[in-house]
Amino acid sequence: MKLIIAIIKPFKLDDVREALTPLGVQGLTVSEVKGFGRQKGQTEIYRGAEYHVNFLPKVKIEVVVPADLTDQVIEAITKSAHTGKIGDGKIFVMDIERAVRIRTGEVDAAAL
Amino acid sequence: MTRRRLTGAAGALLPMLLAAVPALADDAGPPKLDSGDTAWMLASTALVLMMTVPGLALFYGGMVRKKNILATLMQCFVITCIVTIVWTVAGYSLAFTPGNMYVGDLSRFMLHGIADHISKGNDTQAFVLESGIKDVAPMTTTIPETVYMMFQMTFAIITPALIVGAFADRMKFSALCIFMTLWSLLIYSPVAHWMWAPSGWSAQNGQLDFAGGTVVHINAGIAGLMCALVLGKRVGYGNENMAPYNLSYAVIGASLLWVGWFGFNAGSAVASNGRAGMAMAVTQIATAAAALGWMFAEWIAKGKPSVLGAISGAVAGLVAITPASGFVLPGSSIIIGVAAGVICFWAATSVKHMFGYDDSLDVFGVHCIGGIVGALLTGVFSYGPLSATDASPDGSPGGLNQLWIQCQGVVATLVYSGVGTLILLMITKMLVGLRVGEEEEREGLDLVLHGEQIF
Repeated sequence: MKLIIAIIKPFKLDDVREALTPLGVQGLTVSEVKGFGRQKGQTEIYRGAEYHVNFLPKVKIEVVVPADLTDQVIEAITKSAHTGKIGDGKIFVMDIERAVRIRTGEVDAAAL
Repeated sequence: MTRRRLTGAAGALLPMLLAAVPALADDAGPPKLDSGDTAWMLASTALVLMMTVPGLALFYGGMVRKKNILATLMQCFVITCIVTIVWTVAGYSLAFTPGNMYVGDLSRFMLHGIADHISKGNDTQAFVLESGIKDVAPMTTTIPETVYMMFQMTFAIITPALIVGAFADRMKFSALCIFMTLWSLLIYSPVAHWMWAPSGWSAQNGQLDFAGGTVVHINAGIAGLMCALVLGKRVGYGNENMAPYNLSYAVIGASLLWVGWFGFNAGSAVASNGRAGMAMAVTQIATAAAALGWMFAEWIAKGKPSVLGAISGAVAGLVAITPASGFVLPGSSIIIGVAAGVICFWAATSVKHMFGYDDSLDVFGVHCIGGIVGALLTGVFSYGPLSATDASPDGSPGGLNQLWIQCQGVVATLVYSGVGTLILLMITKMLVGLRVGEEEEREGLDLVLHGEQIF
C-alpha cells in the first residue's frame, strides 16, 4: 500500500477527484493548507503599506491505494491538476505498513 | 447649525442684526415648534449615532488585526457611553451656553433648566440658542432643546471616537477612558463653542463650517496625529504583516457612515428645508466623486483599484463636504470630492511613510487633511444665496476674504487641539500610562485587556 500526498491549487480539487474516481479510489482526505515553493508569495498593498505574503493557500490531498494503482493515480493527479503555470504543486509517495477499517475490523487492502 | 453664524461677519452687518433681534421678540412672540423639523432632527440624531455604533466601530474594527478587533469595537462603544454622560453633566453646557467667546458656562450643568418650557408633556416654545447677548444675534430653531442637545451629543460622540484609529492596537483601555473624558470636556466643547455658539469667536469671525469640518474632523485628525506621535509606532511596524483582518467589516462600516452622514450634514440645517436638501445632494455627489478620485489615483499609482482605497476615498469625500454642505452647489461638490479623494490618497499612502509616524488607520491623513481641504474650499465655493439669512441677505459668498477667514479657523483648531491633546496625553501618562507592554501588544488587546476573542 502507498500513501500518496498531493499539494495542489485549491480550484483544481474537483478535477482531481473526478479523475481519481474511475480508477477505483474509494476515498481520500482533503485539508486546506498554506505553504510556499518556487512560486514564493504574493504582495498585498493596503493604503500604500506593502506586505509580502509568503504562504499561499493550497489544498493537500491524502489518498492510500494498493501499490499496483500507484502509477495510475500519480498520472491522473498530474494530468488533472496541471495548469502549466508556476504553483501547480507537488506529489509525494510513502509506504504504508497497515490499514484498519474501524467499523468492521478489516485490515490492509480490504480496509481501503 | 448654520443660521446663527452668518451673523457678525462684518461690522457693517451689526446694525442690521441689532434691529432684527428685538423685532423678532416683539412681533413673533415665543418661537414656535415645527413638528416636521422636529421629526427630521429626531431621525438625524439617530442617523448620526449610527455613524459611531456600529458604523465607525466596524470601519475601524475591520482594518485592525484579528487579535485587536474586539478591543477596537469596544473603544468606539465605550466612548459612546462615556461622552453621553460627560455631555449630560457638563459638555453640552460648556459648548452651548453663552459664557464668553471661547467657552460656555455651567448654567446647563446636569442639563439644568432644559425642561423650563415643558408643560403638559410638551415644550411650549422652540429652542433659542444664546438669546439676549449684547451684539449677538441668537440662533432661533423650531425644535425643542432636548432634540438640539441630543443631536449635538451625537457629534460630541463621534469626534473622539474618530481618534481611536490613530492609536489602534496599542493604547491601554484605562488610559483611553481618562483621555477621552478630558478631551471631550476640554477640547471638543470649547471648539464647538467657537463655531456653533453665535457668540463664539469663529462664528463672530464669519467662519463657515456647516456640519463640523473644523469642529469634528480637523479637531479629531490633529488629535490623532498627536496620539500617534506620543504613543509611538506599533511593535513590528514596517517589518511585520499588519494587513487588515476583515475588510468586509470595513466596507459595511464605511457604508453605514455614508448613510448616517445624511443625518450629520442634512441634519445640520436644524430644519427640514431646502438647505437640508442641498446639503444631502452635495454630500452624496462629493462622496461618490472622492471614492472615484482615490480609486483612479491608486489604480494609476499602484496598479490596482483596491476596495480599501475606494471606501477610504468615500470617507475622505464625506469629511471634505461636511463644512461645505449647505453652502455649496452640486458642481462645486464634485471638485471638492475629487480634490479630497486624490489629496487624502497622497496623505495616507505617501506622506505618512515619508515622515514615518504610525497613524494606524489614517485619522490624520483622512480626517485632518480631508477636513482642511473641505474647510478651505468652502471659502472658495460658498454660494451666497444658500448662506443668506434675514440677518445677512448677501450670505457669505466664496472669495479671498472668506478663504482667509477659513484659514484662521483651521490654524486655530490645529493649534488648540494639537497642543491641548499633547497636554492631556501627558496627564494621562502620569496617571495610568498610555501604552500596553510589548508582550501584551503582541498577544493582542482582545485577550489581554478584555479576556475575550472574536471566535
